[in-house]
Order: sequence, then structure tokens, then C-alpha cells
Amino acid sequence: MELFLHQILAGLATGGIYACMALAVVMIYQAIDHLNFAQGEMAMFSTFVAWQLMQWGAPFWVAFVVTIVLSFGAGVVIERVVFKPIREAPVLSHVVVFIALLAILNSAAGFIWDYQIKSFPSPFGSGPLFGQNLISPHDAGMIAVTLVLLVLLYLFFLHTRVGLAMRAAAANPESARLAGIRVGWMIALGWGMAAAIGAVAGMMIAPVVFLEPQMMLSILLYGFAAAVVGGLTSPGGAVLGGFAVGIIENLAGTYIPVVGRELKLSIALSIIVVVLLVKPNGLFGRRVVTRV
Amino acid sequence: MSGIPSEAAAKTSDGPAQWHLLLFIGGGILAVALPFLVKNFVVFQITLAVIYAIAILGLNLLTGFNGQFSLGHSAFYAIGAYTAAIMMEHGDIAYYWTLPAAGVVCLVSGFLFGLPALRLEGIYLALATFALAVATPQLLKASFLEHWTGGVQGITITKPHAPFGLPLNADQWLYFFTLGAAVILYVCAASLVRSRTGRALVAIRDHPIAASAMGINVALYKSLTFGVSALYTGVAGALGAIAIQFVAPDSFSFALAVALFVGLVVGGVGSIAGTLFGGAFVLFVPDIAEHISKGLAGAVYGIILILLIYVMPTGAAGLVRLLAAKVGEAWLARSANKL
Repeated sequence: MELFLHQILAGLATGGIYACMALAVVMIYQAIDHLNFAQGEMAMFSTFVAWQLMQWGAPFWVAFVVTIVLSFGAGVVIERVVFKPIREAPVLSHVVVFIALLAILNSAAGFIWDYQIKSFPSPFGSGPLFGQNLISPHDAGMIAVTLVLLVLLYLFFLHTRVGLAMRAAAANPESARLAGIRVGWMIALGWGMAAAIGAVAGMMIAPVVFLEPQMMLSILLYGFAAAVVGGLTSPGGAVLGGFAVGIIENLAGTYIPVVGRELKLSIALSIIVVVLLVKPNGLFGRRVVTRV
Repeated sequence: MSGIPSEAAAKTSDGPAQWHLLLFIGGGILAVALPFLVKNFVVFQITLAVIYAIAILGLNLLTGFNGQFSLGHSAFYAIGAYTAAIMMEHGDIAYYWTLPAAGVVCLVSGFLFGLPALRLEGIYLALATFALAVATPQLLKASFLEHWTGGVQGITITKPHAPFGLPLNADQWLYFFTLGAAVILYVCAASLVRSRTGRALVAIRDHPIAASAMGINVALYKSLTFGVSALYTGVAGALGAIAIQFVAPDSFSFALAVALFVGLVVGGVGSIAGTLFGGAFVLFVPDIAEHISKGLAGAVYGIILILLIYVMPTGAAGLVRLLAAKVGEAWLARSANKL
């Protein structure tokens, strides 16, 4: 029983990482209607920027805020420079450009900061939390940050004018444009926000998985999986999906003997596929009805 | 991600028939003469490019003509390669028999995977196939399959030599062997796409509801397409295993699925000839990028890719189609002036 509880808590901790990433994935999906394959690398790059700022002597929270602002700007610039010229291109061409971005960011980060693994400080300190060893302060802090982000996003999308305009631009670009919304800039804003959320996710994840150019590859996989399980249209579902994936992965690794460590990822992914077969739009996703 | 451009459905080109014939004959002569003109290593590389092109053709049948999205074709490539390797290593079966076997194995597995995938569309199908791609190398490494797959070490294959005492070295023979397989597969694909079945596939891509109203069995056609697509990619995998003489789990990672996908888009979604360009891209561009800058190879690759999409958003086939249309217009205008 104690082992079980431990595995659940460990699952929650890794699930927090996935939830962070899934939130960023859903965010950009809301704005541009695609899964962004470069999301993980954008987050990785932002985290390196934060690391560099700290190397230059900035305290954690200063680096944190500066990185978020820089990432937001970079996200907007990427949209304006790379995606605006090809807005009319087919969807699959866009996906290829995501892959190109992934390659560029990955290689550039390796070139600038080399491939050596670096440690990244945690702002939440170490040592047991509340005198118990069940969950580390960093894991708890990470989960808290994810939940705060979720609440902020909820308030932004449902209770601000800009949030409403962004939703309108994503749901129906033509009508939104007629209503006076600058759809192009809304998409750019979505990119900026996704980059900023990715930066937060990266800085929360880096103390756990360490900092290196490849750190996000597998996490992005889990992030996608979590987002899809929860439903790509629901930020709350994505966060829940993240925790679910983390817990399932840990339990499968512990209790199914054949699985062990080597097949953990496969099992998590096949469970997701099964979920999708039963609920093709994810657990909390809206069913998109198209007109014939 | 389900919106595949409808212009890709348009016929490749309706230029004058003689031009096509000339192009075919010229291409044929070039293809036969090529291995005697260049170095062995280049022959080997071209062989690999053709193999990738076949794999991309498989993906194109699925994505370009049937509108189903897959990021998991590296799995079928792996199944084909391992089928070939295991048959040659454990069964002592001649290499040419492994191609049909790999094709059948992949046809069945593709069909079976296609059945549950029927429930998924667009991005969700992408994720399910993506899971397949990620799981494949791990499954191949798994300890309970190690006797057959050789685990992390993989399997080494001996290179076939030219039969009947033909005056060809191994690389040249392999090139012709691959070329022969490719010609058969391409002709079959082209006829499939032009047939009644092909039109059904395109109808399903463009409007599934209307297609089923026309009496097309959407579920059957979709899973069959998955099977045929897997067959093509699997045969390519078997050819690849024979050419490289080696299979190992990590060569069939998600990166391969992404490479095939990139080749598909760069060549032109829904274009059969475009897959040849895609195959060449997959093989040569990473090398070129590495040549330009060792440290920033990935960045150079990405920039080349973005520039290509800027220049030809609908792939090489789209660009050719556009240029052909321009030339045709100019031609018409000139002949109109003469009259």
C-alpha cells in the first residue's frame, strides 16, 4: 500500500511536468489550430536563456520574469517572420515548418551552450516538505505554478476582451475579421503566450530533468499525449491529462512485470490510444461538428 | 490537420503526350546509364534515395490520396526491414523472396492498425500513429523478442551479388534490383490512383460523408489504404535492410517517421512523381547541411526546409505544376499571336 501511494505521488510529480507542457501545447492549439512540434524546443531555448541570465548574476525570479518577457517577444517574432508569409500554404507545409524550427532551435542551442548537461536551480528549495518525504518541495511548487497558470489562463480567456477576441479569431477567422478583430495579430499574440507558457514550463522542468538541448524531446511527447487525452480544446483537461499520464506511466512501470522501465513509454502511449478509441475527442474535449 | 489541399487532387499534368513519352525515355536511359557513370558510393546513395522514395510513396497513398495522416510510418518501415533480416538470418531465405513477404506482413499489420484508427481523425490519428512510431524501437529492443531481433545489437545481413554472372558489382546490382522493384511499385501506384478505387480514395479524402452517400464503403477503403500504404513502406524497409546490410532498433526511431513526412510534403502531397524528389531530399539535404556547417547542421537543415516551403508551399510537384501552367499560357498566347 505504501509503495502504491508512493508511486501515485511520484506519478503526480512527473505528471506536473507533463501538465505544464500540455498546457502550453493546448494554448497554441487554441490560437493557431495546430499542434506545434517546436514547442518543446522553444521552451528549452527559453530555459537556456534563463540559465544564461543567472550565470550573469541575476537572481532566480528576475531571470524568470525577464525570460518570460523575452520568450513572449520571440514567439510573436517567430509568427511574424516565419509563419505570416506562408499563411496560405497547406496545413502539412506548416507542420514541416514546425519541424524545421525544431531542428534550428535544437542545433542553435547546442551550438551556443554546448551539449553538456547543466543543473538548473529550483526556486523552492530542497529538503522534506512538511517534515515528510512523500513529495519534494520543488514538485509541489511546480504543481502549484501549473495550477496558478491554469487559473490565470481561465480568467484571461473568459473574462477579458482580448481573450474573447482571441477565441473568436481561432473559432471563426472570417467573422472575427468582420467584427473588427485583427486576426493576424491575435495569432501572433497566441504564439507569444504559448512561448511564454513554454518558458515557464521549461524553467519548472529543468531542475528535475537537468538542462540540455535534448531535454524536451520525450517530455513533449508526453505533453502531446496529455493534451490529447484531456482534449485539445480544454486547458483544464490538458492539465488533468498530464497528471493522469504521469500516474499511469509510473504504475505501469511498477506493477506490470514485462513492462519494467524499457516499455514504460510504450505502455503510456498505448493507454492513450485506447482512451482515444473510446473517446475520440479526448476526455474533456468538445466534439467538433462540421456542416455537410 | 485534415485539410489537404484539393488542388493536389488535380491531375499531375495534361501537357502534350509526346513530351511525357520523351521524358520517360530520357529518364529511363539516364537511370540505366547512371551506375556506370558515377562512383560506387554515389550509386549506393541513389539506391537509398529510391528506397526512401518508395516509402514516401506509401505514405503519400495514405495521406495524399486518402487524407489520413500518419507520423508512424517508420514502424512499417521497421517491420519490413526486420521481416527481411529475420528471414535471411534465421530462415536462410534468398533476399528477393523477402520483398513479397515483407509486403504481405506489412499489408496485414497496416490493415489491422487501420481498423481502430478509423475512429480517429486529423490530429488524433496523428497522435495514435505517433505513438506507434515511438513504441517501435522500444518493442524491437524488448527482451522477450531478443532471440529474433537481436536486441540492441540488431542483425547483420550479407550483401547480395549479381546473379547469372552479370558484369556488375554488388552496389550496381543492388541499384538495378531496387530500380526494378521501384518501377513495378510506381506503375502499380499510378494505375491504382487512376482506377475506380483511386477515385473512391480521393472522394473519401475530399468529402467522406458525400463519398459514403455515393455508396463507397468508407471504413473498408480507409483500412485497406492503410494496408497498401504499409505494404509500400514495408517493401521499402526490406530493400533498405538489404542495401544497408544491417538493421537495429534505433535506426527506426521517430526521426525516420518525421523524415518520411518531410519528404512527402517537400515532394508534393498527392503527387506520385514528387515522391522521387522527396526521397532525394531525405537522403541528401542532411548531408549537404552537415557539409555547410558541422556545428549548426540542424539549423542549416531547418533553414533550407523553411526556404523550400517559402518557394514551393505545395511541394516540388506544386511548383512544377505552376511552372507548367505558366509555360502553357505563354505558349498559347504565342500561337494565338501567330494566327
